[in-house]
Amino acid sequence: MADGGATDGKGIGARVLRKEDWRHLKGKAKFTGDFRRPGQKEMAFVRSDVAHARIVSVTKPAGFESSVFTAADMPDMKPMRAPSKMPGYKGADYPALAIGKVRFVGEPVAVCIADTRAEAEDLAQATLVEFEELPAVVDMLAAKAEDAPLIHEDWGDNLVMETFSDDDFGKIADRATVVVKREYQMARHAMNPMEGRAVFAEWDDRTDQLMMWTSTQVPHLIRTGLADFLGLDQRQVRVIAPDVGGGFGCKALLQPEELIAGWLTRHLEAPVRWVEDRREHLVTGANCREHHYFVTIHATPEGRILGLDCDVTIDAGAYSVYPFTNGLEGAMAHGNLPGPYDLEVYRCRTQTMATNKPPLMPYRGVARPGVCYAMEMTIDALAREIGVEAHEIRAMNMVKQEQLPFMSIAKKHFDSGNYAKSVEMAADMIGIDKIRADQNAADGEGRLIGVGMGSYVEQTAHGTSVFASWGVAMVPGYEQATVRLTPDGGLELRIGVQSHGQGMETSMAQMAYEVLGIDPAEVTVTHGDTGLTPYSTGTYASRSMVMAGGATARACRVLAERMEIIAAHLLQCERAEVTVRGGKVVSGKGEVSFAEIGRVWYLNPDELPDDVDQAGVEVTMGYRPEPDSGAFTYASHACKVAVDTDTGKVKVLDYAIVEDCGTMVNPMIVEGQTFGGATQGVGTALLEESTYDSFGNPGASTFADYMMPGATDAPHYRIDHMESPSPFTEYGIKGMGEGGTIPTPAAIGNAINDALKSIGAEVTETPFTPRRVLAAIAAARTNREGDAA
Amino acid sequence: MKSAKFDHQRTASLEDALAALGSADGEARIMGGGQSLGPMMNLRLAQPDLLIDISRVGGLDGIEVAGDTVRIGARVTHARIEDGAVPGATGAYMQFVACGISYRSVRNRGTIGGSVAHADPSADWPSALLALGGDVIIAGQDGERRTPLDGFQIGPFATGLGFEEILTGFELPALGDGAKCGYYKVNRKPGEFADAIGAVVIGSSPRAVCGATEAAPFRVTAAEDKLAAGATEISVADARDMIAAHDPGFDDYDLQIHAVALSRAVGRAFA
Repeated sequence: MADGGATDGKGIGARVLRKEDWRHLKGKAKFTGDFRRPGQKEMAFVRSDVAHARIVSVTKPAGFESSVFTAADMPDMKPMRAPSKMPGYKGADYPALAIGKVRFVGEPVAVCIADTRAEAEDLAQATLVEFEELPAVVDMLAAKAEDAPLIHEDWGDNLVMETFSDDDFGKIADRATVVVKREYQMARHAMNPMEGRAVFAEWDDRTDQLMMWTSTQVPHLIRTGLADFLGLDQRQVRVIAPDVGGGFGCKALLQPEELIAGWLTRHLEAPVRWVEDRREHLVTGANCREHHYFVTIHATPEGRILGLDCDVTIDAGAYSVYPFTNGLEGAMAHGNLPGPYDLEVYRCRTQTMATNKPPLMPYRGVARPGVCYAMEMTIDALAREIGVEAHEIRAMNMVKQEQLPFMSIAKKHFDSGNYAKSVEMAADMIGIDKIRADQNAADGEGRLIGVGMGSYVEQTAHGTSVFASWGVAMVPGYEQATVRLTPDGGLELRIGVQSHGQGMETSMAQMAYEVLGIDPAEVTVTHGDTGLTPYSTGTYASRSMVMAGGATARACRVLAERMEIIAAHLLQCERAEVTVRGGKVVSGKGEVSFAEIGRVWYLNPDELPDDVDQAGVEVTMGYRPEPDSGAFTYASHACKVAVDTDTGKVKVLDYAIVEDCGTMVNPMIVEGQTFGGATQGVGTALLEESTYDSFGNPGASTFADYMMPGATDAPHYRIDHMESPSPFTEYGIKGMGEGGTIPTPAAIGNAINDALKSIGAEVTETPFTPRRVLAAIAAARTNREGDAA
Repeated sequence: MKSAKFDHQRTASLEDALAALGSADGEARIMGGGQSLGPMMNLRLAQPDLLIDISRVGGLDGIEVAGDTVRIGARVTHARIEDGAVPGATGAYMQFVACGISYRSVRNRGTIGGSVAHADPSADWPSALLALGGDVIIAGQDGERRTPLDGFQIGPFATGLGFEEILTGFELPALGDGAKCGYYKVNRKPGEFADAIGAVVIGSSPRAVCGATEAAPFRVTAAEDKLAAGATEISVADARDMIAAHDPGFDDYDLQIHAVALSRAVGRAFA
């Protein structure tokens, strides 16, 4: 039995430097936009400049009719369809090029082909689209009105989906005498990975395959989708994700541009390329986070929260995306609002509304940054109302360590940890007692100081049963990994998930090291290629380390057993006398290197034993945790902010994180992922907003109007870890890729409201811009004057 | 985001540039550092037929002190000013302003003349230089002329520069050691364009500017009168009244942040 013999610090728990970084630091990485082929064509899109209209006509530029394509030119390309079995769900086919109607600004109407992007854009500029404009539905609450214009006429209304669960609030009424009700809004965003979307496609006549290099998190799903909607067999499609510069969810879906590139290269018999520019991303990628909440907490005067009542509206935009649909957000919101808290009653309604905006996509954290913000902000409102420290209310109400495993009121199966301890540690790290003392002293700079916190528990690596319950088309199952010993004793590891910043080329190699003791430097991790890797639903839901990591460990163990049989024969000893350790097979009678085993299997099979496993030194194993209800990571973030009450500007002065993602494979990567996620959370809290006017025109189409957090906006994060292994996963690993984004808006919002409590002002709408902060202060002052009068 | 087609002419002398400008068919634009015009062309918000590149024209990048004035060439980059190339108290003030313009790679190429000629109301130099006062130096087909910075910018992206003229530099007051200067920019992030600017220079007489408006930056005369009368601070409430009197069409938030910028600029001048 292999025990790896991880004694020199390269296995689980080691801060191994990332193998992939050298090529990025030297500018030698290869992204989709780096591909060049002789005769390649560039694509540019004619996009709708109105939010809702019938297409009357498209006039192609004279002399260039064969270089411009509309949906009518591509009758064999089917609209994307993502079925869902959720009760009452109304899907909307998403045509890659608009058919008959446009439903958001930025929707592709035609595609233009030329030798250069600039010339393709010239054609796009010269293509005239005549629209008959229709009234637009821009606001998700207005979309509910009886007389609201219809995005999809055949629906009869604009409701994509509703979820509802009721409860008996009567049973807590006599104890829950404190009722705190709030309304919140979270703004629409764009995800803004550093590399935008990009696709390069060519038809390979030798293999009779559509070859597509695309910037994706889910190459296997893209292959399935391309085949479905282009009418190809899946064997005729090979999708490769080369280096990918971040995804955050917008690359976990089939893109219209991918479908169009696939169609064009097949029909033009030329390679085609499209590289999204930032304006396209900010306009068409304004697709996430937009939620509205009414939250009511029912609590005792001491702060024990007994009941939670929520009414959630989600702005899904115009279409449903393939394959995860636009119903996921509502289901996630419904299931995650109660967070880590032990409640007696929970009532929730979510309504997902269609609007004339880009289709909703799942962004890092999927619904949870919104629900955490709504819940945690209300907890602090309760704290202010009853005069108890918010962190004490959190700790008091969380599911206790001794209750675990625990089925939460929203039917989440919490596994392991000590949630309240993370709260206490974070409060201590941020120095809450000192901040309270400082707040009471005069601040000479005219700024108000506040402290706030956000806590969450996050379902990660949830599997078959969870996705099947959501009724989506693509349900993840057993994740597979393939390991193959090379003739010289190296290891090839092939995984179906895709690494686009998560450092999996390193962390997966660390998993192999943990079992086999082989140096991560001698492990080549291949990912993101449907031709080389096992089928996988890909990288999303913080699942890769748990799922592909678990599969890697299992495949390595089987490989170890097979190598031990060969080695025992070479050493002329019993099978039980040998074991894989430290990158070789050892026994009391000597040792055999992996290179020796590779040589014998591949080149000198005459030396193999009779009982050798004929499957050889290549192993594919599947893995799924049991139960597959998810590994629950949790964290508490605490921050200190200064609010300039003259300008409304907020500065984050200090930020402390206490997180628990179970066993950490590479703590350095865990910290990097957490800091990156938290910085996106700073963007959500303070900066990022895809604005629209009342006609549905986007107001933030360049970085001059859309503020991203940069180095000067990211606080110096301080982090501490707890490590409560999951009892259900290999090595107790839990997923953690998304978590950093989840509590940041809540923590910063709570800190602002703490700073403003002397004025009686509260912010309730992200981003907490200077304008909104000043408006909150002005409203509070008006209320006071009203009260005084 | 690729530019529409245009012709590009790199000129070696001011005379060549003026000749190209005078004989151009269609719209011709002068490009210095290209840090504003370049992005606008890529967004196709600007689609000139001819780009006249003056980035190699000699003689437009000088900085000279002559008596009580400082003459600064149009092609002087923000980075050179940031690095202290302009001497004296005028230079110290301009250095502070330059440090806050975008980020270093933009400052390496972007020029002071380009910024003022481009006349983006949210940019720093139109407001900062208006507070200094002085003249804009302009080369035309018939020779050089000069015009005061006061009134040079007439609106957003609009100046008194003629179609066949090139902005070649500035003649600014060389402030004495007793001068007081303060500049305050309200923006969402360091280096971003301004949401509000307050610029105050107290040299021979006080000049106070409210900038980053929907139109051209303007001088706040009531603030100047108060400073001339010896005031060393202006409250936000007073600044609100002073700016509102100019009726820039602000909503309450814009009025507030412009008032804060002016008030804090005064505070910095007397710090």
